[in-house]
Amino acid sequence: MLDADTVYIPLDRWIQTAIEWIALHFRPAFRTVRWPIDELLNLIEGGLQATPPLLFILIFALLSLWLAGRRTGIFTVVALFVILLLGIWEPTMTTLALIATAIVICVIIGIPIGILCARSDKAWRIVRPILDVMQTTPSFVYLIPVVMLFGVGTVPGAVAVIVVAVPPLIRFTNIGIRGVDRELIEAGIAFGATDRQLLWEIQLPQALPTILGGLNQTVLMAMVMSVIVAMIGAEGLGLVVLQGLGRLDVGRAAIGGIGIVLMAIILDRLTQAVAERDPKKASPFARLAGAGRMVMGGRSRGADTATATPADSKN
Amino acid sequence: MTNRIEIRDLYKIFGSHPQEALKLVREGKSKAEILEEAGAVLGVNNVSLSIPKGSISVIMGLSGSGKSTLARCVNRILEPDAGHVLLDGEDITKCDQSTLREIRRRRMSMVFQNFGLLPNQTVIDNVSFGLKLRKVPQAERYRKAGEMLETVGLSSWASHLPGELSGGMRQRVGLARALATEADVLIMDEAFSALDPLIRTDMQDELLRLQHSLHKTVLFITHDFQEALRLGSKIAIMADGAVIRDGTPQEIVLDPQHEYVAAFTRNVDRARLFDASSVMTAEPVDHPGGAGFVIDGDGRVTGWRGAESDPPSPDFISVSPDTVLLDIAAKAAGRKGPVAVVDDSGRFQGKITESALLAGIAGTSEPQNKGRAHA
Repeated sequence: MLDADTVYIPLDRWIQTAIEWIALHFRPAFRTVRWPIDELLNLIEGGLQATPPLLFILIFALLSLWLAGRRTGIFTVVALFVILLLGIWEPTMTTLALIATAIVICVIIGIPIGILCARSDKAWRIVRPILDVMQTTPSFVYLIPVVMLFGVGTVPGAVAVIVVAVPPLIRFTNIGIRGVDRELIEAGIAFGATDRQLLWEIQLPQALPTILGGLNQTVLMAMVMSVIVAMIGAEGLGLVVLQGLGRLDVGRAAIGGIGIVLMAIILDRLTQAVAERDPKKASPFARLAGAGRMVMGGRSRGADTATATPADSKN
Repeated sequence: MTNRIEIRDLYKIFGSHPQEALKLVREGKSKAEILEEAGAVLGVNNVSLSIPKGSISVIMGLSGSGKSTLARCVNRILEPDAGHVLLDGEDITKCDQSTLREIRRRRMSMVFQNFGLLPNQTVIDNVSFGLKLRKVPQAERYRKAGEMLETVGLSSWASHLPGELSGGMRQRVGLARALATEADVLIMDEAFSALDPLIRTDMQDELLRLQHSLHKTVLFITHDFQEALRLGSKIAIMADGAVIRDGTPQEIVLDPQHEYVAAFTRNVDRARLFDASSVMTAEPVDHPGGAGFVIDGDGRVTGWRGAESDPPSPDFISVSPDTVLLDIAAKAAGRKGPVAVVDDSGRFQGKITESALLAGIAGTSEPQNKGRAHA
């Protein structure tokens, strides 16, 4: 008889050993990964914390008015004033900085991977199961390896947020590009488009609404995860909730919760509005893509055209 | 007439192991057997065709016949698995990617069934698409695209989006885009098939009008035999991936050679398809000195007599050799005597009797000569 008390697979110990080994031998590599995230986070958070709250509210109000219309504009103003008056402005800005950092890096990583997956079935066969595992793993499970590899604090928190938030963007980019009308692709090829022209002139513009839908999902995942990473010492609204829980201070925990919900609604409305904008009015993202194209075009004319990748223009 | 494009022994097989399937094809296995044994679909089966310069050649076939696949092998949107496609003698199937791109950018363009226009770009941007890929500066490509829009009569729509245009207008945009690159080979894949019948006829007229001044080499794909007759100076009919009959419209209608082709030709309007030269007889008179046309020393017709003893009458009808039967019938209605066929300088070419005209229209007796294209 198989006795489960004496015979078992010591997978837990294997994983522990593996992670410890990686942590020991690859620490410099992880330090290197940490660095750009650290810089970006400090830059954004410094900017946000230095902005006077009223100016910030004004900017955000105008932004949401422009992107999403009057109703969302009014909601944004009210919500931000509530956050200000509840006394959680500072942690809210920290959370926003954390999310913004994660989103920037998700875009830099996620869209090129999504493009790669769309263009190569082989790449998609490899990436897809990884995404499946990433998306079904409970999000706080990521915290342990992150702590072992990156330490504790807001920057490791950002790493965990990125890991959780990037899969939807990869999936939506892949689906968006694969879903582009076959005849449009054929038209591109028939008129002599290079692979890069096909990507920039046809595939990305056509897939943009889907990619922005993915970005919306990524923003929401980042928002959720930004709370959970308080458990590994990330600052922000999550920490407010965690402190409330630790002291059994229901009131404080609730305030943190309200801040999170309000921020989540604002970010959701804004990113959705961007994704659903009337294609006739060039969306801000389309303008950005256009600017990126110009920068790329200008550079590639002088330099070797083959070296630039789509990721370059996002930097 | 020289050939712009030569297709030689071309095969295209869809499946994971095309070369194995190709071996089966060459052993003479049928399409069904190949699907059974190699799990591969034979798209194009040993096609050889010549596309003459400066005219419209039509590939006609029902859906699944491989006509669109063949068209896509010509500009290598699909890679043929065996055989050659020669453009002006140069083998396209052996070109590297950058040569191929240059060919697509400058020498061959394409018009698509569902137009293939970018929905979020204006009409003028769509028309200048090919030039943009070639990195032509914006001012220059808008100038060129503007000219092309004028050619197809859509100048005032330049800044609209394709979605705001009707189907016929959208395909004019598609056509303008193909013309803007100044490629002189045009592949038109079911270009008018998505349009309403009346609009389709308009577009066919438009294409013929443009072709009259532009003299492009057009490879036109269609499933509509009437359209093929109207547009094509040569028609190739495909079934199951192979060309089963090719020739001029008149040759095909006169001699379908194939039950499948005959099914299409049965209801053809012969009165519009055949011309005077196809039903005329070369002899001016029934027998020497008998009834018929009187011809002078220069070969010109001077008169006609109904019987040997009659004096020649100058009252007769003459038509040029390329007048279609319908027009001859309209001219001859209510008149007596045969119709004279004369060339530009009035020289006698042939005689058409009433019974020959009716037989030619009805298709009961074969027209004697194979006339030229009149579609």
